[in-house]
Amino acid sequence: MSQEPKDVPFETALKKLEEIVQHLENGDLSLEAALKQYEEGVRMADICSKKLNEAEKKVEILMKTSPGKFKTVSFEEKEKKSKK
Amino acid sequence: MRRSNPIDNSDCRATPAATLATQRRVFSISEITKNIRSVLEENFSGVWVEGEISNFKFHTSGHMYFSLKDEFSQIQCVMFRSENAKLDFDPKEGLSVVCFGRVSVYPVRGQYQLYAERMEPKGLGALQLKFQQLKEKLKKEGLFDEARKREIPYLPNRIGIVTSIDGAALKDILNVLDRRFSTVSILINPVAVQGAGAAASIAEAIEDFNRLKNVDVLIVGRGGGSLEDLWAFNEEIVARAIFNSRIPVISAVGHEVDFTIADFVADLRAATPSAAAEIVMPMKEELILRISDLKLRILQAFTGFVKNLRQELKALQQSRGLKDPLSFFEIKFQRLDELKKNMTALFETLVRFKEERLSGLIGQLEALGPLSTLKRGYSATFKLPGETLVTSFDSVKPGDFVKTRLKKGFFTSQVKETHA
Repeated sequence: MSQEPKDVPFETALKKLEEIVQHLENGDLSLEAALKQYEEGVRMADICSKKLNEAEKKVEILMKTSPGKFKTVSFEEKEKKSKK
Repeated sequence: MRRSNPIDNSDCRATPAATLATQRRVFSISEITKNIRSVLEENFSGVWVEGEISNFKFHTSGHMYFSLKDEFSQIQCVMFRSENAKLDFDPKEGLSVVCFGRVSVYPVRGQYQLYAERMEPKGLGALQLKFQQLKEKLKKEGLFDEARKREIPYLPNRIGIVTSIDGAALKDILNVLDRRFSTVSILINPVAVQGAGAAASIAEAIEDFNRLKNVDVLIVGRGGGSLEDLWAFNEEIVARAIFNSRIPVISAVGHEVDFTIADFVADLRAATPSAAAEIVMPMKEELILRISDLKLRILQAFTGFVKNLRQELKALQQSRGLKDPLSFFEIKFQRLDELKKNMTALFETLVRFKEERLSGLIGQLEALGPLSTLKRGYSATFKLPGETLVTSFDSVKPGDFVKTRLKKGFFTSQVKETHA
């Protein structure tokens, strides 16, 4: 295993993907290099897609329980409570 | 050109009755008003007056009429259109202000009043001063330096928000974020954004996030309001907290025109809370499209690349050189033979051509030359010695030897006579 996809920030992966596409589109690469670039590009694209898809909506509120201690409460729940 | 004291005291002072009849000086109302006016204008030409506005009237003519008052007194004031057009705030009933102008007389009513040229709100002026001073100080310390500003992450995993839990700002931010990136993750640290303790609570919330390290970017702000409402964001404690934050901070305070100290220190200043949300999160749909487009391009580019290689390979494989290497030489030898044959033929033709041309030239030369003339029976005579051609009788004298050339051979003779 090389790098875990999670370690690469989305922006880095996106930039790399764009560079690779440019390289490949420009040609003048050896077959080995092109193959490597292609594999890396596909990996970067997967990382990007994964990052976009894995997130789930979560709105939370930070509450201080005691000095230096916190808990998080769902925003929706708190909204509902306060509306009652 | 007025005299320093236009009123001659000896004229109007109460004087003994005896002199009254002869010496009394009677003023017309206009005259005395004019004199009073001169006195006032000389002594109160550039004064600052502080007071509370009352009876404020903004006349349709564009002039402002009001009184300035304190606990015990009041003074009538007028601020003409040309002056009040320069005001950057609206004077209102009850507002404490400082006015600059001259005290003079309005002759029609015999009323003295302040002709205001400038007006500053008193409370606000002080705040503004405080703002300017803090801004200067922090700027000098380098808190606003562009070089030290942190980069805002392109796609934060989680966004921290420091604002009031029930303010319009939070609603705006959540709405925009939801629209742009439906699966966004947000953590709100609720604070008081105005009133006593607001600044401390904002600063603490920023520090909380830095301690917890559970967000990638912070939005710190509130909706628009008066300078007093936004004041917490002009406090040094908030500026320091933003400066010390290791998490990048986007400031999102009030309306577009308001700049707070927090805006200057923040890594990025958004004009409004909604704008902050627009900046912090890209459109999810756009990103998805962009990535699928890049994926397609990388596939096309690679297959194109392989296709090209394959074609090149095929072309090489099919070339004769690779298929039958000896044939290459055979062709060359054949061609060499051909060239040899051709060259010989060409050479022979050339020689023949030259020979023909030579004999032709000789014929031409003979036809034109003196020999052909001799052939026809003419002769040529040369004087001896030297053999210069004789073409006239006077080139020779009797006794000279001459040589005569014939078609065949020559003879020598001596000149006997010459005739013209």
